[in-house]
Amino acid sequence: MNNNDRHLISILMENEAGALSRVANLFSARGYNIESLTVAPTDDPTLSRLTLATSGNEQIIEQIVKQLNKLIDVVKLIDLSETEAIERELMLVKTKASGEQRAEMMRLAEIFGGRILDVTEATYTIELTGSGNKLDNFLRAVEKDAILEVVRSGATGIARGQKALRA
Amino acid sequence: MEPITGAEILVRCLKEEGVEYLFGYPGGAVLHIYDALYNQDDVKHVLVRHEQAAAHAADGYSRACGKPGVVLVTSGPGVTNAVTGIANAYMDSIPMVIISGQVPTALIGNDAFQEVDSVGITRPCVKHNFLVKDVNKLAETIKKAFYIATTGRPGPVLVDLPKDVTIAKTEYHYPKKVKLRSYNPTVKGHAGQIRKAVDMILSAKRPMIYTGGGVILSEGSTELVELTQLLGYPITNTLMGLGAYPATDKQFIGMLGMHGTYEANMAMHHCDVLIAIGARFDDRVTGKIDKFCPTARIVHVDIDPSSISKNVKVDIPIVGSVPNVLRAMINVIRDEKLRSDTEALARWWRQIEEWRAMKSLSYRPSDEVIKPQYVIEKLYRVTEGKAIITSDVGQHQMWAAQYYHFDRPRQWINSGGLGTMGFGLPAAMGAKLAFPDQDVACVTGDGSIQMMLQELATMKQYHTPVKIVNLNNGYLGMVRQWQEFFYQKRYCMTYFEALPDFVMLAEAYGHVGMRIEKPGDVEGALREAFAMKDRTVFLDFLTDQTENVFPMIPSGGGQNEMLLAERDEMVSTHDEGMVLL
Repeated sequence: MNNNDRHLISILMENEAGALSRVANLFSARGYNIESLTVAPTDDPTLSRLTLATSGNEQIIEQIVKQLNKLIDVVKLIDLSETEAIERELMLVKTKASGEQRAEMMRLAEIFGGRILDVTEATYTIELTGSGNKLDNFLRAVEKDAILEVVRSGATGIARGQKALRA
Repeated sequence: MEPITGAEILVRCLKEEGVEYLFGYPGGAVLHIYDALYNQDDVKHVLVRHEQAAAHAADGYSRACGKPGVVLVTSGPGVTNAVTGIANAYMDSIPMVIISGQVPTALIGNDAFQEVDSVGITRPCVKHNFLVKDVNKLAETIKKAFYIATTGRPGPVLVDLPKDVTIAKTEYHYPKKVKLRSYNPTVKGHAGQIRKAVDMILSAKRPMIYTGGGVILSEGSTELVELTQLLGYPITNTLMGLGAYPATDKQFIGMLGMHGTYEANMAMHHCDVLIAIGARFDDRVTGKIDKFCPTARIVHVDIDPSSISKNVKVDIPIVGSVPNVLRAMINVIRDEKLRSDTEALARWWRQIEEWRAMKSLSYRPSDEVIKPQYVIEKLYRVTEGKAIITSDVGQHQMWAAQYYHFDRPRQWINSGGLGTMGFGLPAAMGAKLAFPDQDVACVTGDGSIQMMLQELATMKQYHTPVKIVNLNNGYLGMVRQWQEFFYQKRYCMTYFEALPDFVMLAEAYGHVGMRIEKPGDVEGALREAFAMKDRTVFLDFLTDQTENVFPMIPSGGGQNEMLLAERDEMVSTHDEGMVLL
């Protein structure tokens, strides 16, 4: 495994006050990276699902996984990078859209499977979902000056196949 | 069932848990709890003089007897004062339950009087913590706290209790058992791994057993002794693991690490199979990681998966409790009548005996000035090696570890991980409460003792007669030693120009004080002090101000790069080592 590979770790944890801080604390106290973090309750309201993108060498990732498992509030976790998985991120982008730009921007959004959610005479607000890479590619494809605001949800994901991560 | 208050529920829960002593200090947020303690005498409350001491005393009590230590402090400064003691217990995996008062739930977050975010402040130094907002959840939470604190890799658990919750009423039910879907420590080792480990262990030509505090915490000493003697292998203990294997047995080759014996460190460096049990490869043990056990394949038994391959990559990890795993190993060896390589082992022992013959713990005796090592040797003799010894942190701690030979677990109580000066005295008080009939001595120094001196009053109040062995050299000796070696003798802020008269001080607190200035008086003074069974005696030994702790592995060194006492010229450590100080 290469040094500092990116890993997407998906955590099922107790939906308790402070559970999120325990995870965040762990990363800051032990000097691990958090690239992105998303969290929301699941179909079972007593459980939250937290997805965390981090990076490190094999030994660091092994420690991260062990330290996360050691937290009392963590029920189960899976390193999605170790398995076949679907990764998705939601991005909302506000772009300039006037004159010639207007048609071009709509075409780009279409190519990337985006939807235009809000239109003004001078701007579009576009919704895009996909892997982090795809979203990066979209931003690269758009003329830099045209981007007014970018909001990204952070990566989330789920394993392919029949197995499900449940308590 | 009649509804009762949260405070009464708490006290009942503590009774159910068999809590004998509660170490604490009252304050506004816990007044209801103290009121509930008033009309009962099952749970005895020890009123310390500072909350840090409450945590240390509970910690010392737990280390001595194995039961969880229990602490009660008020909100705000009550909690913040206790944090050092909580962190200390966390680093050494001591089971403890801390009840902290909190401002009423309606005021939380309002910067109320004596409010701090106790759960937030303690989060990095507890195994887990809870804020109880509903009295109906109180009993269950207390049950969970004790369960989490005492199982798996033990540790402190804090329960933050807002004042209104202690006043609110509900029916009391204490759950018999508690199950947490997110917490199931592995106790039983994996049979396949155990089998593989046994094969590797028996294939060794130069085996070495290295054990830590986990053996003591898990009550695995019997199994450790049995396995070690069955194998005939050399064994070393970490600072935290002393006593798990009898120090007077010939297979014991001393403590390892920065101030370990020559034979233990050399055997570690040259071994081909290392059997690590309930130890966590701490930096004071490994020295420079790249140079650690360069030729060894490693078996590691630990209850905490995150301890495995954290600092040192191991070949055969086994997650499980020490007695469980070692018993399984013993069974495999006995059932299959397996043998180790006795010829190779005999050669290995001859090598180790050569290293042992270096007598790395020898020091220059003196008739003029009291050598600190000499005091510990006499303490060992006078107490016939049977006393419970607590220590503070510094040179005296290392000397106590080196020269008092601990033959049983829970006999040696010290702050290993956090290195907390001030730990020794309250810990001695806790140990004495756990074992009133045993001799307890606190080995300390003039620096450490002044950090928790006020507890002399608590010790008077609760009649906990311990012997305080103060190795008084007027310096913060360990720091002075480092300044001598690595900072060209620039003794910055390590000399105490003013020290109290400890004899008068002891007397002011109602104890006996003795000052000992001559080597010839050391043994007599100790005998006199230990003869006073019902008195706390403060023995102020004026010791050699220039004595250093040897052997020593300077930071950044490998285990085969030890400095011995005879070598006066100190090689200055390289830059990389300075960072590791």
